[in-house]
Amino acid sequence: MLRTSGGEVQDRVFQSAIILCGVAVLGILVLIVYELVSRSGLSWHAFGFKFFAGSEWDPVNKQFGAMPFIYGTLVSSLVALIIAVPLAVGVAVFTTEMCPRALRGPLSFFVELLAAIPSVIYGLWAIFVLVPLLSGYVQPFLATILGWTGLFGGPQYGVGMLAAGVILAIMIIPIISSITREVLMVVPQHQREGVLALGATRWEMIRVGVLRNARAGIVGGVILGLGRALGETMAVTMVIGNNPQIVKSLFAPGYTMASVLANEFSEATGDLYLSSLIEIGLALFFVTIVVNALAQLLVWTVTRGQPARGHA
Amino acid sequence: MPETLANASMRQGMPAVSWRRRMTDHVMTGAAVLTVLLVLAPLIAIFGYLIYKGVGSVNWAFLTQIPKPEGEAGGGMANGIVGSMVMLGVASLIGVPLGIGAGVYLAEYGRNRLGDAIRFTADVLNGVPSIVIGIVGWAILVRGHGFSALSGGVALSIMMVPTICRTTEEMLLLVPQALREAAYGLGIPRWRTTLSITLRTATSGVITGVMLAFARIAGETAPLLFTALGNEYWSGRLPFDSHWRRQPWTLGLDQPTAALPLQIFKYATSPYDDLHRQAWAGALVLIILIVTAVAAVRFAVRRSSFGAA
Repeated sequence: MLRTSGGEVQDRVFQSAIILCGVAVLGILVLIVYELVSRSGLSWHAFGFKFFAGSEWDPVNKQFGAMPFIYGTLVSSLVALIIAVPLAVGVAVFTTEMCPRALRGPLSFFVELLAAIPSVIYGLWAIFVLVPLLSGYVQPFLATILGWTGLFGGPQYGVGMLAAGVILAIMIIPIISSITREVLMVVPQHQREGVLALGATRWEMIRVGVLRNARAGIVGGVILGLGRALGETMAVTMVIGNNPQIVKSLFAPGYTMASVLANEFSEATGDLYLSSLIEIGLALFFVTIVVNALAQLLVWTVTRGQPARGHA
Repeated sequence: MPETLANASMRQGMPAVSWRRRMTDHVMTGAAVLTVLLVLAPLIAIFGYLIYKGVGSVNWAFLTQIPKPEGEAGGGMANGIVGSMVMLGVASLIGVPLGIGAGVYLAEYGRNRLGDAIRFTADVLNGVPSIVIGIVGWAILVRGHGFSALSGGVALSIMMVPTICRTTEEMLLLVPQALREAAYGLGIPRWRTTLSITLRTATSGVITGVMLAFARIAGETAPLLFTALGNEYWSGRLPFDSHWRRQPWTLGLDQPTAALPLQIFKYATSPYDDLHRQAWAGALVLIILIVTAVAAVRFAVRRSSFGAA
């Protein structure tokens, strides 16, 4: 086959341009890491590892410790997972194993519609609907039933760790449930038939034949949800109360790593203050990357070799 | 005890299932239905409130005026709507070609180490919290130059690239290899094949990816907090002033710029009832903007593919 040299030159130009686009993706990540690392150096030199253990956040006296923010991020995400995981897995099981075929499409569409709502609108709704609901009904109820645990004590303002956890839960349900559904769908049909043939009821079939096989993938979906919850900013900032403290009660206001960046970054004065905030950003970046990589790995172990069925 | 159809058929010709096991089955089915209801409840509540609170507040003044001084009732979010569109435009101008280019590379040339690295990086970038992207936007474009619409657009474009890149790759891989081979067989060079045959065939899928990315960044607030910052006034100059006199117009890309999500955030956390009302109106406009953009692109894609056929 004869090829003109003109075509070859054009081919080479095109290929270079395309490679450049690909390499740009690598470049973006390198840029992110470089900017975060180089600009947090000042705080790293000043505090070292104590930065993450210190619980004092006092911009006036130049004392910066990230512990309250790390605590707030972890606790709010944990509350979110505790609420979201059973609901999301329940929805996924219902759509793949129980519901009539005609309902399947619309149902997953509606659940995924939750993922399309911008974070700031979740926050708006949470401030004016969820928070009054929590302070008026849910918190008094929790205080009487579970007050003895110490997790549900103190003033019931509505705003606080619990509100942040609930709104985060609503936001991560679509992620967990769509991944779980994907994983459940790749469980081979003969697994189900085999368990049913042994005389199992439908629930026993789901438990033994489906959920047990899909365990790793579901855990992957849950961790992916965790990754999203850790980095979520706006909705949490609007309802968590923004108070850097470590308190056992979930009714108390808290602060997260992402919220402190949102609230203080554009007004931070002084290099050390800025550098400390960027170091929080670096820590957040690092943690979400590790969490996401882990989740990706777990999902792959289950869906490996299967054709893609849509997106998270 | 009413039995489900599935249960009855399941047990045909088998020894009777114990009462306890049957009860567990019913309870778990009930629990699954309950989870669905619990998940759909907030969805309905959010859309319900958006419409209930927003519809009455979206009016001509809201769409055409800029905010009134603090504490005064009235005014609107016109500058936020325009600012959002300007920044989304900037983000798309940078993010769409870059994302599609990277996706083409992965699908057509990326069966190697570099391809794997880019694939992994795109997935990693997809999980980076948007607030961190904001810091990077600030570090590269705001420091020393001041807050600007350009830096906001660039921050948003970073968020578009990974989504567009991975969906483009997936869509191109769906195009049958035989199509490419047929093109090569006709003597069409590889670049021409990629652009006119492969990409052309996958157009609607690629545009769906772009649309997904667009819908995702349209509501983003966190990356704009310290790049675009927000603005109570117009950032650029309109072609006509308030007395309809002609004047030189500018986009104001180098100025702090209002954006719809930023204003919703600010108003929602303010103490004034009138601003709360406007926050709901802004939220409704934002959702409508996102849905319209998605629908318009869908419509355009359908039209163009008819034209091709």
